[in-house]
Parts: sequence; structure tokens; C-alpha cells
Amino acid sequence: MSSDTTSPREQWEQAFNASPTRDAEFTTLSGIPIDPVYGPEDGDFPGQYPYTRGPYASMYRSRLWTMRMFAGFGTAEDTNWRFKEIIKAGGTGLSTAFDMPTLLGLDSDDPMSLGEVGRCGVAVDSLSDMEDLYAGINLGEVTTSMTINSPAAVIFAMFIAQAEKAGVNRARLGGTLQNDILKEYQAQKEFVFPPRQSMRLVRDTIDFTSREMPRWHSVSISGYHIREAGSTAVEELAFTLANGFAYVELALAAGLDVDAFAPRLSFFFNAHIDFFEEIAKYRAARRIWARWMKERYGATDPRSMQCRFHSQTAGVSLTAQQPEVNIARTAIEALAGVLGGTQSLHTNSMDEALALPTEKAARIALRTQQVIAHETNVAHVADPLGGSYYVESLTDEVERQAEEIFAHLESLGNGSLLEGVITGIEENWFQGRISDSAYDLERRLNAGQRITVGVNDFQAGNEEDQIQLLRITNEDEQRQRKRLDTVRSDRNQDAVTEVLNRLRVEAEDPEVNLMPTLIEASHAYATVGEMMNTMAGVFGRHVEVPSI
Amino acid sequence: MSGERILVAKVGLDGHDRGVKVVARILRDAGYEVIYTGLFQTPETVAAAAVDEDADAIGLSMLSGAHMTLAPLVVEAVRARGADIPVILGGTVPDHDLDELKAQGVAAVLTPGTTAEDIIKEVQQVLDGTQVG
Repeated sequence: MSSDTTSPREQWEQAFNASPTRDAEFTTLSGIPIDPVYGPEDGDFPGQYPYTRGPYASMYRSRLWTMRMFAGFGTAEDTNWRFKEIIKAGGTGLSTAFDMPTLLGLDSDDPMSLGEVGRCGVAVDSLSDMEDLYAGINLGEVTTSMTINSPAAVIFAMFIAQAEKAGVNRARLGGTLQNDILKEYQAQKEFVFPPRQSMRLVRDTIDFTSREMPRWHSVSISGYHIREAGSTAVEELAFTLANGFAYVELALAAGLDVDAFAPRLSFFFNAHIDFFEEIAKYRAARRIWARWMKERYGATDPRSMQCRFHSQTAGVSLTAQQPEVNIARTAIEALAGVLGGTQSLHTNSMDEALALPTEKAARIALRTQQVIAHETNVAHVADPLGGSYYVESLTDEVERQAEEIFAHLESLGNGSLLEGVITGIEENWFQGRISDSAYDLERRLNAGQRITVGVNDFQAGNEEDQIQLLRITNEDEQRQRKRLDTVRSDRNQDAVTEVLNRLRVEAEDPEVNLMPTLIEASHAYATVGEMMNTMAGVFGRHVEVPSI
Repeated sequence: MSGERILVAKVGLDGHDRGVKVVARILRDAGYEVIYTGLFQTPETVAAAAVDEDADAIGLSMLSGAHMTLAPLVVEAVRARGADIPVILGGTVPDHDLDELKAQGVAAVLTPGTTAEDIIKEVQQVLDGTQVG
């Protein structure tokens, strides 16, 4: 590799020249040639530790970000149809939204599922639904992301079983399991088991993928929901990275080598409306992750130090008033994600303050990314804001404030981030900070210190007719229940009972990795609810102490 | 107006609790006594808590799209207990659902973007409209 005597720019050049270049004209509209990166000879370069300017030397010169649109509603057949539309429209990755019962590990016929089936995502009860969900989609080619946390191991097992039935070997599967349980207790609140028992399942998935699925991202450490729940940008960054450190410490404690699993950890951040602060947040995230992975956790593989992330525009920034204006908000937020060097991006649709998106609204959201990618030329240069006095200063300040939060958590855990984060959850520290920040912002809005267009100013036009919204009927719930009835009556019940008994016995032994048995149970058409209830019998259930 | 009791609740599987907590604090700062049920309640547990706590109104927060099923069930569960506690719904409720919700007995609906001032005004109107004596 490069010797110590070559300058950072020369090292960057070597790496850049070894990278492929996508087919595009790298000039301005006037024909002025554009370099892949700008900066002083001895400055920071993308693809170099600490990766402030980007994880890769060539960034979007080699490949644009993945336009990964999140979708899911109704039954598996409905969502499969939407997936195919996304691919047809030029989407380059799939991202699966599950409904509330699935997110909480309940079957569609559970009494608690009433009214929620297929509403804010797709209903998945068994392998049969998984088969319909990805029917006709080549999972060896398209990467798939699954937003699932408490039942992540179960849904992942079903996904693997489904791919294997379709003839795709698990080692060939590429994609991402969100599997970030810590932020569920902190922010999104879709928890089932208590924190420590949940972390055992996270450990099992990290361990399993590091051995058997080299192309799979085992955890997508997510700040998105922390931000949506009301945190500031700094809190989003710091809580997310702290959760990341906790997963690293979890896997290290399980005896895994840091470079065996860390390259498959990825991140998921919000792309909010404060343009420069968001860009500073992404830059600080890369720098902090690299430094901690190298210095604290002893990583030597550069991939373990590279913070790669997905981003999504801010759902909370969307307004029900004058919804078309949301297209502008989303475009600005998406641009922040791109200038911040995101690896993949979901753009929200204009109608999502009120409902799941219509096909047209979702297409406009995807088109927004395509405008940024192909018309604006912003993807030609890596970290185009690097060197800006403002952005560099903001990056440093965001990093400094995040380090204060890490120090607090470290002291909570007596030197362990893993213990600090779990203690912070158990003591409602994260939850309290997030609620306080949410209320603080609300007060500033109500005092008129912040303006949201159409909400507390510029309301002319609010009375116009609403745009058309997607309606999900109760028929979907009925159809899904019928599908589930069919699965239960067609399967071999003895095989299901046998494998669930084995799952219970294995759950009692914390040393056992539950993934192989969960895959077997999936093949036997055991349901999500049956597997989760079996484990809950051993692990118990988490109850949050309500606080305002 | 001070001192009236409002039970704010999350019913069903929806974990989005930013809104319910913000509204709870807005109401508390406006002088109401606010009780929060916590997550994952059923229509039955909400109605029982409202009666036990002698609440003057129930505030339901729903962002999962299940409001057409669950909000009327809360109204029904309250009435089944012989109580006359108004149910106010807040969350991602599209305009096309408003008439049906009112017809099913929901006293008021607070849609996205409702300001703190309007939340307090609407809640007080509902309380004034149903209070006896």
C-alpha cells in the first residue's frame, strides 16, 4: 500500500484511480471541468481516516447513493406490487415497512392487532407472507432492507427461509436488518422483551451473519427515530453512536473479533430541515466512529472504522397544511443527505403527515432524488462543503457536544458504554432528554420564535382542497386473517409444536444462538406471534413506566 | 378552568409518543391536571382508568391509522360503564374521516399542526359543553 512519505493527496489519488467511475460528464453546465474532491495537499481526504469527508475515495463518482424507498401496506401481495413499481420507476433498493402487529411480534388475529393490520406497513405472519412479499424479485441482485426490531431475529429467519426456498443461498443475500433494539426503548417504543434479553437476540444475529452471511448488514444503528421522537441533532448523533458502541461491546463480550463484525454495522440518520447542521452531523458521525473504533475498540480493518449510513428525510417536518410544500422541504433535506455523503436515501412523500403515500406521491419523492442525482451536478464532488469555515466549525462543535454525552453514559456504566446505555434506558434518561427537547421546540413554535410555513405563518392556501390520500380499508385486515387461517390449517402442526418446544428450551440457555432454530421454525410455517410468545415465556415482557 | 382532569392515552399498538407527551405538557402548563396511561392500552383499560381517575375528558393520541376502529371502541367502552366522559382524538387523522368519527361519538379531533392555543381552546370547549352544573 502507500508509504508514509506520500502526501494525503497522493494517497487519495492512488485510491481514487483504483476505483471505478460511473458514466457521467464531470463538468459544470458551462463546461468547466470538476475535480472529484477539493482541498489542500496535506488536508483531509475522503476515504482516509478519520473519514470526515466520506468513507470512500471516489464517493458518488463511482456510484450514486442507493435510492432506497421505504414501502409497505396491506397484505404481502399489495406490497409486492408496490415493490415492483419502485423497481420499474428506477429505485435501486427495497426497504420493507411492516405493520404495527408485525413490529410488535403479534399475529394478525391477535386481539391487540384489531384495526392495525396492514395499516402502516405490510402484515407478515408466516413464511407464506414472506414468499408473497418478495415473489418475482431477484434477491441475489436487489438488496433489501427490513425495518424490524423486537422480532428482528424472527423476521430475518423467515426472510432467509423464503430466499432459500426460492433457490438463493443465504451467503448471497445482501441487505440490512434494522435490528436496533436500543433505540426502541429510547424513542420508537416498539419493544417486546426487556433490554438485556433483547440484546441476546441482537448478539445472535450479529454472530450468525458474521459467520454465514458476509453481504448482510446485521444492525442498522438508527438515529432516525430518536430525532423523530423529538431529540436535537446532537442528541440524535450522540445517542446513536453510543448505541453503536454498545453493540460493539456486546459482540466483543461474546468473543467475536471486532473486524469480523464491525464492517457489517451500518447507520441510519435523519435528514432534517436545518441544512448545515445536518451536514455537520454526518461529518462528525464519521469522524467519531472512526476514532472510537480504532482507538478504543482496536479495529484495524478500515471498513470497521468507516461509518456508512442510510438517511431519510424528516417525517416530522412534513405539514398537513399545504402538503405540496412538503416536496420543497423534502428536496432540501435530501440535498443535505447527499452533500453529507449518505450511502442510501429515502425521500418522504408530500402526503405523509396524514397517511401512507399514494403511488404518485411516492414517485414524486423518488423523482426528487433523481433531480438531485442527475440534474444538479452536486454528486460530482466529494464533501463539497469541506473547508467551509461554517461547516467545519459546526462539525467540531457537534462532535464536542456528542463527546460530553458519551462521557455521561460512560460514567453511568462505570466505564462501559453497553452498561451505560442500558442503565440510561432503565432510568428513563434518554426518554426524558428526548421529551424535553421535543417540548422545547414546541414552545418555540408556539411563541412564534420558529416559523413553520403553513402552520404558524403563511397560512393562505390552507383552506384549499386536500390532495388525494391513500385509503386502507378494513378488508385488508379481513383478507390477512383469512390468509393466516389457511396457513394454520395447511401446515404440519406436530412439526410446529416440536420446533417451538425446542426454541423454548434453547431460549433458556443464553449460550445458544437461536437463529438456526428460528429458521427451522419459519420453514415449518410457525407464525411470528408463536415464535415471539414462546420466547416471551422465557424472556418476559418489557413494560415502560409512563412519564410525561 | 383550572384543575380539570384529563386522561391522555395511547391505545392500540402505536408507539409514537412524542405527540401525546407534548400535548400532556401543554395541558399541564395550562393548568389542567393530566394523567398519562402509558403505551399499549386497550379501549377497556382506557375507559376503566378514566372512570377510576374521575377524569373530565379523555385525550387519545393515534398515529398508526387505526383510529377509525379504536376511537369509537373507546367511546363505547366509556358509555358501557355508564360514564359521560368526552373523548378527544389527536393524531394523523385525514379530513375524510372526521364526519364519521363525530357520528361515532368522538367529541373533537385535533389534526396535525394544531397549535397549543387551539388545543387548549378545543379541550376547554369540550369540557364546557359537557360539564354538569
